[in-house]
Amino acid sequence: MSATDVLQVEHLTMRFGGLVAIQDLSFRARHGDITALIGPNGAGKTTVFNCITGFYKPTEGRIALHHGDPAMWDELGALTDSSLRKRVRADGGLFLLERMPDYLVTKDARVARTFQNIRLFKGMTVLENLLVSQHNPLMRASGLTVLGILGFGVYRHAENRATEKAIQWLEKINLIDRADDPAGDLPYGDQRRLEIARAMCTDPVLLCLDEPAAGLNPRESGELSELLLSIRQETKTSILLIEHDMSVVMEISDHVVVLDYGVKISEGTSAEIRDDPNVIAAYLGVEQDEVESVITEPVS
Amino acid sequence: MTLQASAPKTGVNVARAIRDATIAGLIAFGILLPLIGFETVQNMRNELALETRPWLLAIFVGLVVLASLFISFVVRPWNQHRRAVRPAGASLKGAALRAAFAKWFTPFALGVAVFYPVLVIWITGFSGAVKWIDNFGIQILIYVMLGWGLNIVVGLAGLLDLGYVAFYAVGAYSYALLAKTFGLSFWILLPLAGILSAFWGVLLGFPVLRLRGDYLAIVTLAFGEIIRLVLINWVDVTSGYAGISSIPRPTFFGIPFTANEDGFAAVFGLEFTPLYRTIFLYYVILALALLTAFVTVRLRRLPIGRAWEALREDEIACRSLGINTTNTKLTAFGIGALFGGFAGSFFAARQGFISPESFTFTESAMILSIVVLGGMGSQIGVAIAALAMIGGTEMLRELDFLKQIFGAGFDPTQYRMLLFGLAMVLIMIWKPRGLISTREPTAFLKERKTVAAKFVEEGRG
Ligand SMILES: Nc1ncnc2c1ncn2[C@@H]1O[C@H](COP(=O)(O)OP(=O)(O)OP(=O)(O)O)[C@@H](O)[C@H]1O
Ligand SMILES: [Mg+2]
Repeated sequence: MSATDVLQVEHLTMRFGGLVAIQDLSFRARHGDITALIGPNGAGKTTVFNCITGFYKPTEGRIALHHGDPAMWDELGALTDSSLRKRVRADGGLFLLERMPDYLVTKDARVARTFQNIRLFKGMTVLENLLVSQHNPLMRASGLTVLGILGFGVYRHAENRATEKAIQWLEKINLIDRADDPAGDLPYGDQRRLEIARAMCTDPVLLCLDEPAAGLNPRESGELSELLLSIRQETKTSILLIEHDMSVVMEISDHVVVLDYGVKISEGTSAEIRDDPNVIAAYLGVEQDEVESVITEPVS
Repeated sequence: MTLQASAPKTGVNVARAIRDATIAGLIAFGILLPLIGFETVQNMRNELALETRPWLLAIFVGLVVLASLFISFVVRPWNQHRRAVRPAGASLKGAALRAAFAKWFTPFALGVAVFYPVLVIWITGFSGAVKWIDNFGIQILIYVMLGWGLNIVVGLAGLLDLGYVAFYAVGAYSYALLAKTFGLSFWILLPLAGILSAFWGVLLGFPVLRLRGDYLAIVTLAFGEIIRLVLINWVDVTSGYAGISSIPRPTFFGIPFTANEDGFAAVFGLEFTPLYRTIFLYYVILALALLTAFVTVRLRRLPIGRAWEALREDEIACRSLGINTTNTKLTAFGIGALFGGFAGSFFAARQGFISPESFTFTESAMILSIVVLGGMGSQIGVAIAALAMIGGTEMLRELDFLKQIFGAGFDPTQYRMLLFGLAMVLIMIWKPRGLISTREPTAFLKERKTVAAKFVEEGRG
């Protein structure tokens, strides 16, 4: 079944000194799916993201990402044995993310992410935020700045294209009227959506969202779910989602992975997860055999 | 129902005014008692004796009290009044005024800069013009250029660099040594010196740029000192403290500015005066400074410039967008150093003599304070700050008439640092983010709206 995976995380362990934040975690995310990563506070979800996106170097384990021709998964073993970090062909690529520095994870492997605490460029305008995220194609078009500084047309065309793409996304997230305002001036919910749009402007194959619904009201959460579904449908981008808001998770995710204290305690569709006593126990903070009594006890 | 109560009170609170004045007077007395109240003098027997100066002390304390009362009775009510009677219309007028200022200031300043030598000659005549063009015009423009160069590193990329003078020194010594050794002309060595400086900038950048904030500042400071110590101690090459003298001066496309018959004046059939060289140098540095400004403006609108500013805003977000932050920082350092090197080689060519004295930390601090006072990232602000600080310093030399008031021992230039300090404190109170702290966006859809200072990050690394 590995043929349709976009991401394979295998035996991932992350230690900070004595603290084991993730222990022997393995899971897969399939192409075009929305995969949710849930778990109580401090379970290690953000740490998983940081490992995937190259911000942390995992202590152990393999994180493989793939796009294009599914047959390339067969080369995973050979790639792992080599000292290379990626294998790229015209029809696809295979990447070992744990070997790549953070910016290459986005640039080459095309994984984009957002942050639990919004990290917009607050002093730059909304439009500028979206242009910065198209840095790499624009840099190429500006001939590493040389052509751009001499005012060559090549660069102007590229910038116009980049602006058009930004406009497209701004229309999608309903922020076109605020394009020229500083990002720091937007209300919280808009900032969350802008951060997603900014990540999407890097043309990712995998979009990692760290608690995108945090701090949103129910109406905004609903809009967010719609946005994510439409992103998936229109751009075929696979989504990896950390979320505490269960309404969002249950509504849109195809597959859910549950972490607790750095260990995967359950995995399945949202319906399966909802009924798993392990998960309920983790969320209620009691041992598994006590769940029955906790749930059936009358609320006083 | 309590609408009136919430309106600001415009009256003068006499009790509070008197209390403030008393406190200010007491503090002034405490501070000034040892500073002004006593004077050490040598008496007839050559002993050190202490003399009291009660009247002088009283005058100063009185001045402080008066100032405090002035603030309480005049400035504060006036401010309140202004705040109270400023409806929407007034601030609109203010905005329109500011917009007009923003629109016309740059062309006006450019015009003044271009016609400055003509104006000076017109006002002071040929004999007095050299001083005004050289000490004011050229000197200020060198610092404008240095400020703009450092502005790329500090203002745009948000990297606190306390050793910028190192690149200035590399440029100056590159020109001096290469010109003396190989006899190459100014116009060949200018780019070469810039490139050498940029090379050093990148070289320094490699190990240093993994550091952030204070650590980066300290290491760049150390780098500036290292360069200076090398210049002092590598005597074989740099002749140490003695410095390098008789550095070849720039020529007018091959024609030297000398009194000979193949000199500039003779060739153009003019009477010889040193003024021609000065005017020529003035336009060279003006062109170099404008080049710096032009390139910076252009770069800001290119992906590299946006990446610099994004880096200042949030480095982690940059990395998550696939931006190679190391390269981005290196380019900022390198391009900043490039312009520092240009300025340095111009400096060497203009002085004809350089020594490590010219490249001390004070110089770095001066350039940095120009950038900070001007408003990090703002070209116009930096130019105004350079004008005020360097022009102000030079102006102090002109205040000889003060000697008649304060006695012959009074040297106004000695008060330079005091005035700098005062200017810094005032700016900190009045405009903590520099003269121009707003940010011009580099792209817009409908309307270019200035970004208010409160949103703009200052950078932490
Ligand atoms: N850089 C770090 N150094 C040391 N410990 C860390 C580091 N990053 C995370 N941890 C620890 O790893 C554990 C998991 O943290 P993580 O942020 O991944 O949790 P989370 O599941 O994202 O929680 P939340 O829902 O609160 O965001 C925590 O105990 C945390 O303190
Ligand atoms: Mg987290």
